[in-house]
Amino acid sequence: MELKISDRQSYREYVNELKNGDLKLFYYDMLRIRLVEEKIAEIYPEQEMRCPVHLSVGQEAPAVGVCKALGKDDFALSTHRSHAHYLAKGGNLKAMLSELYGRETGCCGGKGGSMHLNDPSIGFYAVPIVGSTIPIGVGIALGFKIQNKSEVSVAFFGDAATEEGVLSESLNYAALCKLPVIFICENNLYSVYSPLSVRQPAERNLIDIAKAHGVEAFKCDGNDVVAVYNATTKAVEKARIGGGPTLLELSTYRYYEHCGTNFDNQLGYRSEEEFNLWKAKDPLKMLALKLVEDDNFKLEIEQMTKVINLEITDAFAFAKSAPYPDEASLFTHLYAK
Amino acid sequence: MERIITYAKALSEAIDMCMAKDDKVYIMGLGVPDPSGFFGTTIGLQEKYGKMRAMDMPTSENGMTGVAIGSALTGMRPIMAHHRMEFALLATEQIINQAANWHYMFGGKSSMPLVIRMFIGRGWGQGPQHSQSLQAMFAHIPGLKVIMPATPYDAKGLMVSAIEDNNPVIFLEHRWLHTITGKVPEAIYRIPIGKANIARSGSDVTIVAFSYMVIEALFAANILMKLGIDAEVIDMRSIRPLDADAVLESVKKTGHLVVADQAWKTGGIAGEIIAIACEEAFGFLKAKPVRLTLPDFPSPSTPGLTRYYHPRAINIINSVLKMLGKNEKTEEELDIVQKSPLDIPNKEFKGPF
Ligand SMILES: Cc1ncc(C[n+]2csc(CCOP(=O)(O)OP(=O)(O)O)c2C)c(N)n1
Ligand SMILES: [Mg+2]
Repeated sequence: MELKISDRQSYREYVNELKNGDLKLFYYDMLRIRLVEEKIAEIYPEQEMRCPVHLSVGQEAPAVGVCKALGKDDFALSTHRSHAHYLAKGGNLKAMLSELYGRETGCCGGKGGSMHLNDPSIGFYAVPIVGSTIPIGVGIALGFKIQNKSEVSVAFFGDAATEEGVLSESLNYAALCKLPVIFICENNLYSVYSPLSVRQPAERNLIDIAKAHGVEAFKCDGNDVVAVYNATTKAVEKARIGGGPTLLELSTYRYYEHCGTNFDNQLGYRSEEEFNLWKAKDPLKMLALKLVEDDNFKLEIEQMTKVINLEITDAFAFAKSAPYPDEASLFTHLYAK
Repeated sequence: MERIITYAKALSEAIDMCMAKDDKVYIMGLGVPDPSGFFGTTIGLQEKYGKMRAMDMPTSENGMTGVAIGSALTGMRPIMAHHRMEFALLATEQIINQAANWHYMFGGKSSMPLVIRMFIGRGWGQGPQHSQSLQAMFAHIPGLKVIMPATPYDAKGLMVSAIEDNNPVIFLEHRWLHTITGKVPEAIYRIPIGKANIARSGSDVTIVAFSYMVIEALFAANILMKLGIDAEVIDMRSIRPLDADAVLESVKKTGHLVVADQAWKTGGIAGEIIAIACEEAFGFLKAKPVRLTLPDFPSPSTPGLTRYYHPRAINIINSVLKMLGKNEKTEEELDIVQKSPLDIPNKEFKGPF
């Protein structure tokens, strides 16, 4: 099954069950993520956020589409590129920015930096070792299952993580035990500068790999937030009633360099043409097109932008003025009490 | 004809020369042909030697290490590179169970010429999973050789030796060393694995260091000289095999030993070196030896804790002063306060990687 938006008509049919308000909320969440990331990019050169950052601009739809299909008690596990997932899952912006600034008010108290966003109270952890959160996501699903809970777990990962052996091990076990886990692969075509072509044979198909392990799997337009939402919702519903795992492969694209806040097409590892093709399919633009029928929507975007920018200004000011952790905090939290 | 080049250039030269000399040598790693080329150490290799000898690889550290091992059994001489030591942890089964044991457990029938480059280091908020210094873990393993060069000269000579060695060699490069410069001969040359270097000779105290800590130790020794203390700095260069003779000879001369290791204290190389000194030169020691290491805690990201986490020259200086019964000093008193932030090696370093 391929979920696709080919024209307005089919789009309308396809989102009929959704309330218009939901779509606007999708837009709001994606816009918020984008504006936060762009603000980080803008002021990163001040050199006060002293940790590596991997921006999600261009990849807002997977984050929002998936997380909107989850409840607060469901879990999401993420990677080095986790800002969007964290915010979409309900992470606190001030705690995130404080963490980027290395402050005591950060979500790791400054110990983790951008690559370790987390908040167990909203079901979220991210770590930057490629592939490592996939089995942990499976383990969370196992915990839910053993305890007869109805929550599900989501493992976000990139196309590079599909090359780690641990994905196969995780798929196998999730299928074996029919665990409530949803594997979300955001295929943005690159691992740092390395394109898929030097890492995987052209015939390799992730969907087939998942299916061969007994995991239901679908491809989906990862820049279409509604498609992502619908596909995830189905997978979540299935998982909640004991139907087992699903894998979704979402095609998408990052705009900024792999790590950092510059654009780097000039390096030549990807073409300007490819970049522009993806920009034409920008997730926010695509959703806005669907909402244009609503005459007020342009105005609403302006209002959203204003509201979000106020929140962002406030959160940055909070983060920048927060204290660094003190020396004693270096020696806390090694072992649990 | 003295040529000054960077540590990164010295490494790329060594790899290039070995590849030119022996077509069995090949290099693989995620990003070998990419524009940043492992901090400048692999640039141009693919153009020169082709895709089968300078290759990118899937993000499959464990599997690809096994693949490298297999190719070595056919006579190839693989070099594998990892941008962080932590990524190589996925391959510890292959490295420790397989590569390290192979020659011994099969009765010496086949050798295992394999170099695994891993970047270690610190700075710019790399944090708990991108800045660990796990050298002791690898140095613990019989069958592996572990080298940690500090200078461009040693980097080139030791890389050539590592590639020509018939055993698995873990080659550890500190991120803050790639841009340092030094004299490096143009011709190919070798530095023996397992031989330390007296980086500075002195008579009052022995400071043992390796990798980046050599830079801090030499700086400390210069300051100590101004305070009338003549320190000997030993750059171990290799941590397995460990050059015990070099340490013992120096300790017998000075009677004082400080070991500076940018790694955790418990079970670390600093402790190993001190144990050797205590076992073999106990009677020569005039004071308790000192391990100067990271505290036994994970590596935090925030620049707010850098100062307390990473030992630097002032800590070496004060260890020596204390050992010699003198008053400790502050950086202000010594006029050695670093102007740029402590989470970067120099002002040019702007992150993010
Ligand atoms: C095990 C491991 N190997 C290598 C790396 C270095 N690394 C960090 S991000 C990255 C690229 C990952 O690509 P992908 O999974 O497709 O995610 P994307 O960056 O495209 O979002 C790599 C190779 C790592 N963090 N962990
Ligand atoms: Mg990718």
